[in-house]
Amino acid sequence: MSAVLEHPEHTAADPHHHAPAGWQRWVYATNHKDIGTMYLVFAFTMFMVGGVLALLIRAELFEPGLQIVNPELFNQLTTMHGLIMVFGAIMPGFVGFANWMIPLQIGAPDMAFARMNNLSFWLLIPAALMLVLTFFMPGGAPAAGWTIYAPLTLQMGPSMDMAIFALHILGASSIMGSINIIVTILNMRAPGMTLMKMPMFAWTWLITAYLLIAVMPVLAGAITMTLTDRHFGTTFFNPGGGGDPVMFQHIFWFFGHPEVYIMILPAFGIISQVVPAFSRKRLFGYASMVYATSSIAILSFIVWAHHMFTTGMPVTGQLFFMYATMLIAVPTAVKIFNWIATMWQGSLTLETPMLFAVGFIFVFTIGGFTGLIVAMAPIDLLLQDTYYVVAHFHYVLVAGSLFAMFAGFYYWSPKWSGVMYSEKAGKWHFWLSIVFFNITFFPMHFLGLAGMPRRYADYPMQFWDFNVVASVGGFGFGLAQVFFLLAVVLPVMRGKGARAPQRPWNDPDGKGAEGLEWEVPSPAPFHTFETPPRLNLSANKVLDARAQPEHH
Amino acid sequence: MKSTYNPMALPLLALAGFSTAAHAVKDLAGGPAVRQLNLHPAATRIAAELAWLHWFMLITCTVIFIAVFSVMFYSIWKHRKSVGHKAANFHESVTVELVWTVIPFFIVIGMALPATKVVVASKDTSNADLTIKATGYQWKWGYDYLAGEGEGLSFLSTLDSAHRQMSNEGAKGEMPDDYLLKVDNPLVVPVNKKVRIITTADDVIHAWGVPALGVKQDAIPGFVRDTWFRSEKVGDFYGQCYELCGKEHAYMPIHVKVLTAQQYSAWAAGEKKKLAALQDDPARVWAMDDLVKRGEKVYAANCAACHQPNGKGVGPIKALDGSPIVLDADKSKQIQIVLNGKTGPNAAMPPWKQLSDTDIAAVISFTRNNWSNRTGQIVQPAEVLAQRGK
Repeated sequence: MSAVLEHPEHTAADPHHHAPAGWQRWVYATNHKDIGTMYLVFAFTMFMVGGVLALLIRAELFEPGLQIVNPELFNQLTTMHGLIMVFGAIMPGFVGFANWMIPLQIGAPDMAFARMNNLSFWLLIPAALMLVLTFFMPGGAPAAGWTIYAPLTLQMGPSMDMAIFALHILGASSIMGSINIIVTILNMRAPGMTLMKMPMFAWTWLITAYLLIAVMPVLAGAITMTLTDRHFGTTFFNPGGGGDPVMFQHIFWFFGHPEVYIMILPAFGIISQVVPAFSRKRLFGYASMVYATSSIAILSFIVWAHHMFTTGMPVTGQLFFMYATMLIAVPTAVKIFNWIATMWQGSLTLETPMLFAVGFIFVFTIGGFTGLIVAMAPIDLLLQDTYYVVAHFHYVLVAGSLFAMFAGFYYWSPKWSGVMYSEKAGKWHFWLSIVFFNITFFPMHFLGLAGMPRRYADYPMQFWDFNVVASVGGFGFGLAQVFFLLAVVLPVMRGKGARAPQRPWNDPDGKGAEGLEWEVPSPAPFHTFETPPRLNLSANKVLDARAQPEHH
Repeated sequence: MKSTYNPMALPLLALAGFSTAAHAVKDLAGGPAVRQLNLHPAATRIAAELAWLHWFMLITCTVIFIAVFSVMFYSIWKHRKSVGHKAANFHESVTVELVWTVIPFFIVIGMALPATKVVVASKDTSNADLTIKATGYQWKWGYDYLAGEGEGLSFLSTLDSAHRQMSNEGAKGEMPDDYLLKVDNPLVVPVNKKVRIITTADDVIHAWGVPALGVKQDAIPGFVRDTWFRSEKVGDFYGQCYELCGKEHAYMPIHVKVLTAQQYSAWAAGEKKKLAALQDDPARVWAMDDLVKRGEKVYAANCAACHQPNGKGVGPIKALDGSPIVLDADKSKQIQIVLNGKTGPNAAMPPWKQLSDTDIAAVISFTRNNWSNRTGQIVQPAEVLAQRGK
């Protein structure tokens, strides 16, 4: 039977035995573990949906000429692939990790607002349905790119309004989730766990939550203005009425740039947990990591127009945004150095979580460097809206955010499910993913340098060969994820695998993973830390077990 | 939304996998090369500087990358538990943190300095020899020579309609090397002269970019922005639209033809003569056969891409063959739609008011007397003129 899905509390002496089961357990869930599970299942489902769209795109681009879709549908595919991956897969995925791990890591019994937590999750379902079902509306899904620039959006059919509605709901869900995370972290840490003793994953989510609250309303503003331009006679972005199309870009990217940091900071947090565990050495430069993450977050607010280098802004604007963007490379580099310094002189083992973490550091850095290259405004003139940019952001989002989530899954799933995933399958998943990922996206750098534009359903013949390689790689990568589902995720969820010890990532001498999540049994009981635990000085060990309910 | 989905396409595709080698695709001079790895060979000083800047960044980043990851891979090799390495205890050092914050900071400054020079240079559009406005339309470019030799010339530049057809047919068989890059009227400029390009658009945001010339600028409706280039080479240079602008985004290329000063003067003079000859007198009364024949050309160049050569439209694009509006005795309805387009949910026909009265009269007459439409009616240019601005 499923270890995650089966209700863990069955002792007669347990006073909480009246907890609901069946569908009510999930629909009325207020437990952070259940809600975390739901977020992760939802995110993975959306990842598969977005992946199918990607494969349709790559199938069409396998050869020049139109074979499978017409250009309108192609534009819908690229738009929806972006929207679904960003808002349906990556963001909810990280919220799933936050829900599962933050209370466990800080010694709290649950999130601060358990019912709002439920609403935050369940809002995602109608929003996702609305988004996906736009394909079946008259005119098809929105086809203006995930960046939905005006005035092109003013020409879209009714699916644009549906997508705007869905985005509003997704935004509300994110904002509520972020409020929950901030209040939980600031108020419910176990006594003795000061902020500077908190695990890095909690830190990165604290900072991310502030970013979300700051910028999701800005997106809401931009899409509402688009809605009123479309239907209520306003002309915010319509030059015919005195409006300014570029203003949409400013508002969108003021949201959009912090958004990409929202999608990477929790990843940094996960890597900061995994690398020390498998190096058997404390994270190097904890304080520095906190400051670097904060710097990245603050800087992320002042770089948005690097997405607009070709709009024709004055020299001063171009220079300012170029300098500010290049500056973000500094704290990011600091973080990379700190991870490597953690590994240095450690005692490394390379189980699957560590493979993904090391893979992340390697491949995310490639994405970081191409980001630095496009940050140079003059070079961006040649590379803006080409496949070079597509390569860059897939390197940081897939080899970055997604790989970090894989690392986190392999690292923490024993705690969630009580069983060990198949290490052999995990390693296969890693190698297949990293090889096919690079086959798919590395050639796109060349295509971009050669001038191949983005969002093109068809292309000049000279771009053919690298498109073939990218398409083959894409299908390989997709198959690797199906393999992950069948050989890793499903067995874990069904409870098939060796029983996981409480500390699967520690040697007999105790070296390895640290943190309060490892102070509870595997699988983690339905309720943990119902009484605040008494902690050691470093706030990473529980001094007495009175907090834990009697359990096997 | 009906898409042209062919269920046999996927298995056929699997069998295809023809590469450029099998189809003998060649490099396009001034355009992309087969399996091109780097930026286009530069035709302007700015493009050369950009290429230098890119190499500088690429080499610097690669060196740093190799240095940093040598350390990491060394660590993975030597500091593994399985080779018996025991973990050390250190976990912080203010000195080290300062060093590896300050050094990247200086590296970044070192990168920003040469970039600044190029940004400033690329923005200086003063003292241009020639000023040309490039207007983005859905889905073609319009060029107006505003100042300098050739002033007054004005034309549209559209993707070759045969290429658009080839795309629909799946790009089978021998394909031209300038596939999707060939236009009917290239932008012609003289070599070694500073050309200022003013970009704007008529409908949505487009972007005018030519990689070999090192230039790209968004074409934004309601705004005029400018950029410049000075080509130091004669020849043909190709670019495409670089901002998603709707369904034919991939089908509005840019072809810049750089001629010697003499050739350019000859071209400009010739074009001026043609323009004068073509100045259609809107008061002229045409005979049906001439008008319909002219209309057929106008249709092929402008309308066939959406309404299809057989006039049957596709998906939400309305059929003209048998259309109630085309067959309506009240010609003003059809004239209005062709002049002003039709927008709103489910309608994305652009306006065509930029065509001459004669061209519009011709194409309307053609639609009314072609396929199964046999109204016997024609529209004179004067009737189109009368409908403008209504």
